Amino acid sequence: MMEHLPALMIAVPLFGAFTTPLLKKRYSLASMWAIIITAATLGLSLLLVQEVLSKGIIVYVFGAKNPSLVLPSGYRVPVRIIFEIDAIGAFMALSATLMSFIGALYSYSHVRMESGLEKYYALLLLLEVGILGMVLTGDLFNLFVFLEIAGIAGSALVGFRNYRGEASEAGIKYLIVSAVASLMVLFSIGLLYGQYGNLNIAYLSTQIHFDTVDMIALGLLFVSFAMKCGSVPMHYWVPDAYTEVPAGINPTLLVATYASLYALFRVSFSLFGAITWNMARVGWIMSILGVLTMFIGVTMALVQKDVKRLMSYHAISQTGYMLLGVGVGLTVLNDPAKLSAFGRTAMAGGIFHIINHIIYKSLLLMTAGALFYVTGTRNLNEMGGLARRMPYTTIAFIVGAAAISGIPPFNGFASKFLIYETSYQLNPLLAVIAMVTSVLTLASFVKVFASAFLGPPLEKYNEVREVPKPMVAAMIILAVLCILFGLFPNVVLKNLIYPAVDALLKLAQYQSWGGLA
Amino acid sequence: MNGDIIAINFPFIVVALLLALGFYTIGFKRNLIKVVIGVEILEGAVNLFLIALGYVKGGYAPIYTLAPKKAVGNMVLPTPQALTLTSIVIGVAVSALMLAFAVNIYRHYGTLDVTKIRRLRG
Repeated sequence: MMEHLPALMIAVPLFGAFTTPLLKKRYSLASMWAIIITAATLGLSLLLVQEVLSKGIIVYVFGAKNPSLVLPSGYRVPVRIIFEIDAIGAFMALSATLMSFIGALYSYSHVRMESGLEKYYALLLLLEVGILGMVLTGDLFNLFVFLEIAGIAGSALVGFRNYRGEASEAGIKYLIVSAVASLMVLFSIGLLYGQYGNLNIAYLSTQIHFDTVDMIALGLLFVSFAMKCGSVPMHYWVPDAYTEVPAGINPTLLVATYASLYALFRVSFSLFGAITWNMARVGWIMSILGVLTMFIGVTMALVQKDVKRLMSYHAISQTGYMLLGVGVGLTVLNDPAKLSAFGRTAMAGGIFHIINHIIYKSLLLMTAGALFYVTGTRNLNEMGGLARRMPYTTIAFIVGAAAISGIPPFNGFASKFLIYETSYQLNPLLAVIAMVTSVLTLASFVKVFASAFLGPPLEKYNEVREVPKPMVAAMIILAVLCILFGLFPNVVLKNLIYPAVDALLKLAQYQSWGGLA
Repeated sequence: MNGDIIAINFPFIVVALLLALGFYTIGFKRNLIKVVIGVEILEGAVNLFLIALGYVKGGYAPIYTLAPKKAVGNMVLPTPQALTLTSIVIGVAVSALMLAFAVNIYRHYGTLDVTKIRRLRG
């Protein structure tokens, strides 16, 4: 079983996605089934992480033992569908499966009253398949296919509440952005195929010699993936999509966004990692985009009245931290002294921030979903005095808000501190903006806390009770993870994050898989 | 000679024109259905690009049954064609979903004008 682990990672949720619609009549059965499938995938991904960390890169070839094709003339090329899993791919797969499980658990109660739930769970599992395929694959075209699967499933889920016109509006916005982005990805894949006659990322990276056509391909890939991960000039779809999607899907949709971020890193570090052209320029673009993203995101968040929309703008702003951290690392990629001094740590901060942000932002969006569940509104001005009625939700919110504002000992502090420290060494201004953003974040969450949870109890919420147990369980798991990651950051950094950073940095290791010299 | 260069590059010129047309339609048309058509035009451009890339003069389709003698050693690797087929299938799903959203938006808003479909903002 162990050698087929990469295929099982896709096969199990795909099987779940196609069997869930059979349970149309009994939706509680369908949601139990989805919880079981996501839990099984979570187990598989833990095994996968362990395998990758102990044995190094796994190369899995579909339908053959060996990836290469040898022609009679002695010409050897990799042609088959290949999964190539290194530490960062395994890390992303772990986050995706964990968040799908949490989302399925939360959805059990959260969307009980809606109709068409068997389709909801089928789409949730398809979204998971899309993300897993994107982060595990070693083939550019496969990346495109799974990007489209994630985009279609994600936008269908954004428009899930089809009795609301706003949901369809957000859904079509997300779908158009993701369709245009993936078509441009396909176009640049075509350019690269025309140049080198191959689609394998590791093989291409050994061949690339970076002329004008390659430069166009790099630009298109960079812009498309930046568009899909919600970086600033193309961020307008993020708040709409995150606000309208049911709260149980938010964790998985967040990971889908960061799968595009992963693809951006993969393109910059692996595909175009070997070129002689100085990647510092791309690194500076990434860092400046990051700073702009975090600042614009947080200033837009300050003025929001809709609680989920406010949190969605914070999601944009936090993406900026990741871009900044990894961008600082990319800037000094060709400078070994600076790279070991602060570049590697900066990238660790950026990548650590991905999982931290996924955990606390899912937690916050879930508490917003819980508020919506009990009050039926998302408008902050209509809420008040809910802390006494909903103690668990309040605790979960406090943990999440403290984590996103970077207060020790929660997990947000651990990764933000790494980013401040290292971006200061590249340019002090970057660190200053990052800190100001953090202060503004705290300000806006104090506002949410005061208007939703504190204050005199309102008469219309006298009947309000704490949300059902599965929702509480999902929130408590994430809150505990927030505190654990904050208390023991060194354990996580040593076992998960630094291997992932080294996987990005050590290109030779990525290129040197078996079958092809 | 000059005519040959134009003939060889003709598909790529069409691709560039279609790309420009597609982006123009997505960016400047106000009717939602036309925006959907713009995405479809972009998709057609990319598919044409892949097919034009995969054309090898004198190459044969790699179908082994009843292949003529001349085809031996002259068959092409059909990767671009396979990519195009996959991309067409995905494109159908995307356009179906976009049109479904458009129908639903028309039901709730009573218009398809993208400048009026703006309940989400700020």
